[in-house]
Amino acid sequence: MNRRTWWVTGTGVLLTAVMLFPVYWMINVSLTKTSNMRKSPPNLIPVDATFDGYSAVIHQQLPYLGTSLLVGAGTVALTLLLAAPAGFSLAKLRPRGGGVLSFLLLLAQMIPSIVMAMGFYTIYIKLGLLSTAWGLILADSTIAVPFGVLIFTAFMSRIPGELLQAARIDGAGTVRTFLSVVLPVSRNAIVTVSLFAFLWSWSDFLFANTLDNGGSLQPITLGIYAYIGNNNQQWNAIMATAVVASVPATVLLVLAQRYVAAGVTAGAVKD
Amino acid sequence: MTTDGSGARSAERPRARAAHAARARGQHARRRIRAQWAAWAFIAPVVAYLVAFYAYPLYRNIDLSVRSYTVASFVTGNAPFAGFANYASVFRNPTFAPALVNTAVFVFVSIAFQFAIGLALAVFFHRKFPLSVFLRALFLIPWLLPLLVSASSWSWMLNSDSGVVNALLHAFGIAPVDWLTSPDWSLASVLIANIWIGIPFNLVIMYSGLQSIPADVFEAAAIDGASGWQRFWRITFPLLRPVSAITLLLGFIYTLKVFDIIWIMTRGGPATSSTTLAIWAYQFGFGSLLPDFSSAAAVGNVLIVIAVIFALVYIRVRRSLEES
Repeated sequence: MNRRTWWVTGTGVLLTAVMLFPVYWMINVSLTKTSNMRKSPPNLIPVDATFDGYSAVIHQQLPYLGTSLLVGAGTVALTLLLAAPAGFSLAKLRPRGGGVLSFLLLLAQMIPSIVMAMGFYTIYIKLGLLSTAWGLILADSTIAVPFGVLIFTAFMSRIPGELLQAARIDGAGTVRTFLSVVLPVSRNAIVTVSLFAFLWSWSDFLFANTLDNGGSLQPITLGIYAYIGNNNQQWNAIMATAVVASVPATVLLVLAQRYVAAGVTAGAVKD
Repeated sequence: MTTDGSGARSAERPRARAAHAARARGQHARRRIRAQWAAWAFIAPVVAYLVAFYAYPLYRNIDLSVRSYTVASFVTGNAPFAGFANYASVFRNPTFAPALVNTAVFVFVSIAFQFAIGLALAVFFHRKFPLSVFLRALFLIPWLLPLLVSASSWSWMLNSDSGVVNALLHAFGIAPVDWLTSPDWSLASVLIANIWIGIPFNLVIMYSGLQSIPADVFEAAAIDGASGWQRFWRITFPLLRPVSAITLLLGFIYTLKVFDIIWIMTRGGPATSSTTLAIWAYQFGFGSLLPDFSSAAAVGNVLIVIAVIFALVYIRVRRSLEES
């Protein structure tokens, strides 16, 4: 390895460090004692670290984390249930009006969430779905379903036709072909869609704040928001909650990095 | 093609063949109809879903915007029809002009910086150096974090008295800036956070765009003696134009919707200095104890019209790229 390559790697590390500084700072503040919080200049590394913030998370935020997990899992299940069959149909069964449906799904992604939230609010208030897990799951799934159909369609249209034909010759109907041939080979698409559906539902703040404000069943984003609103002094607890709320994203990134990259590019680049 | 010569003599066989063909066609048609039924059965759930959870909320939103809704309307169920009065009052509202300008500034400045930085980083990471894959993965983190988390972190970093940014400025002898609490800086503050969040998305897409350019194009240019700068402007950039167009348009549509970051950091304030249309709609509907859903819906619909214009441009661009 020559000096030039080292220079490039060094620059890369420096750029990454600058980019990730806010994340580092979040961790640093989460470990800072309340008495040091307003120190000037602030401690750049967590000397004299405290875990007060994290113990506050464990004592106060666990129910919120549970709700987020529940809503996330529900959103993933609902999204897969709706998007996978639709993707299969659009990719392989050539339904009449399929083009129009794809177009509408594309348009659906453009609608600002604040507009959706308002619509949901007026509907939920009538149906009594405000502050329920189902209400949140349904609302959160609207972020993921159009994306899911897009990914499944793109992925499943690359499944060779011979594979489906072979299944048909073996006497499998459309449903059977879908369940025992198409789904197993679409594992990558399933992982990508699940990953994003979970992350988006986990990160959702707007729907939670409009459709689930005041109930006992609140997700972690509202837990942080309540902290910010109530006690401006306890920034270590706020940042500790933020760190904990970031864990799923980080874990998923480590475990499934190529699916993440696939998901990001799927919407924009055709290959 | 002529068929009349043999028509009379072997009239029977063609008839049988025609009957067979008709039967086959019938069977074929039946099978096609069955296939269509199956195809529709698979998309029916999503269609029903779109109607129930997109079309209906949108309809409700339009309905809200042409009536005068109050909290009482939800209880009594009736709200008088108001036509375009809500829209007129929204347009006349002194907040409308700043909200529109802030939205435009927020969207265009965000996109410009996200795209330029994302592209520069993509070109940088395209050089494949030790650790490049690992570092590129780390760059994704800001995009994957919950927006609320990023916004909270930036809020504290930009805090006037105890923020690390002002501490850094102080180290360089620069006077502290009231990032979030001064009307001159609040929009810049939310812009900084939003640009930071959007860089990974642009990086990943532009990087995959770069990868789709065959390596021998660069090699040929290098052999011809083109400098790095020339290679970028003469080869890389023109070849990336299709991906760039899509990235920019997606960026427009996503940035138009941004709500969380601004709401957490400044709530659109001080006064209206960082209020965008999305924030303004929220303030009407949920921001006070006396919600004004009709005005909120009207602002929301203005936002939709802008988004749909961009969406149509996006679809057009995408289609013309697919054709070429």
